[in-house]
Amino acid sequence: MARLNVNPTRMELSKLKKKLVSARRGHKLLKDKRDELMRQFMILIREDRELRSEVETAIGVANRYMAVAGSVMQREVLDTALMIPKQEVELEVGEKNVMSVYIPEFKPKFRTSDSSDIYSYGTAFTSIDLDGAVSALSEVFPKMIRLAEVEKACQLMADEIEKTRRRVNALEHIMIPDYEETIKYITMKLSENERSTTTSLMKVKDMVLKQKYDYQ
Amino acid sequence: MFKTAVIGDSASVSGFAALGLSVFCETEPERIAKLISRLAASDFAVIYITEPAAALVSDTINKYRSSRLPSIVLIPAIDGNTGDGMRAVHEAVEKAVGSDILN
Repeated sequence: MARLNVNPTRMELSKLKKKLVSARRGHKLLKDKRDELMRQFMILIREDRELRSEVETAIGVANRYMAVAGSVMQREVLDTALMIPKQEVELEVGEKNVMSVYIPEFKPKFRTSDSSDIYSYGTAFTSIDLDGAVSALSEVFPKMIRLAEVEKACQLMADEIEKTRRRVNALEHIMIPDYEETIKYITMKLSENERSTTTSLMKVKDMVLKQKYDYQ
Repeated sequence: MFKTAVIGDSASVSGFAALGLSVFCETEPERIAKLISRLAASDFAVIYITEPAAALVSDTINKYRSSRLPSIVLIPAIDGNTGDGMRAVHEAVEKAVGSDILN
């Protein structure tokens, strides 16, 4: 570890001691923050993984219906059927603070409250598979919103954990050892100075005594 | 009030129109990238994008990774699941923990 480039004085020593105390406290706090963030992250990432596989399966099902509908109906008819939606979704965005990571919360608001009232077309000219696709998608939609929320939270928290971990490591392996070594260096230098003063005083005393009383 | 968008090829995303989401059918990388920037700047909080479309504009998507809004979520396209969405989950774990401990 590198010693800091400072003058070996008492002033620097007391400054460094104070810095060391706050570095140790900061290290402890950041370590706690990292551990708690990690705990929350693990809970969220498990939910994320489960939600994602559920959503992917459901969209897969809807896509299969859609593919069949697309093959039995003309493309234009299909597009026209879905052109003017009955349902409308708006999101209310809130905010949650998890260990000073601000994660968004989405609350969907639907225009029509009745979940069966989503078919924007008459059933006479459309395939039944289209109904299947639309209902599968509308069923999974609340989960998709939650997935968006959780996935964003995971991304933001992963960034924050990485940053915090870097800070903890920098304090633990660089700053604190540097401070400790510099403090040791200054203490050594100061006590060395003290010893050298004492010896030179003894020498002077000897010389004075010798001059005055001719002591040996 | 915020809105929700879906981006991808028309066959994959047209079903979402029935739910009242804003559907954008784009397959050109530059157009998708521009579209995402435009949606992010306006009041879109969640953008669902199909995996093949997302693969074309991964730089743009990574740009919005660390910002609070919008949340960009990968969904499978009509021709199957490529696993990119799940891979992103594992990448997040790797970033946070240092190694992928989910398996």
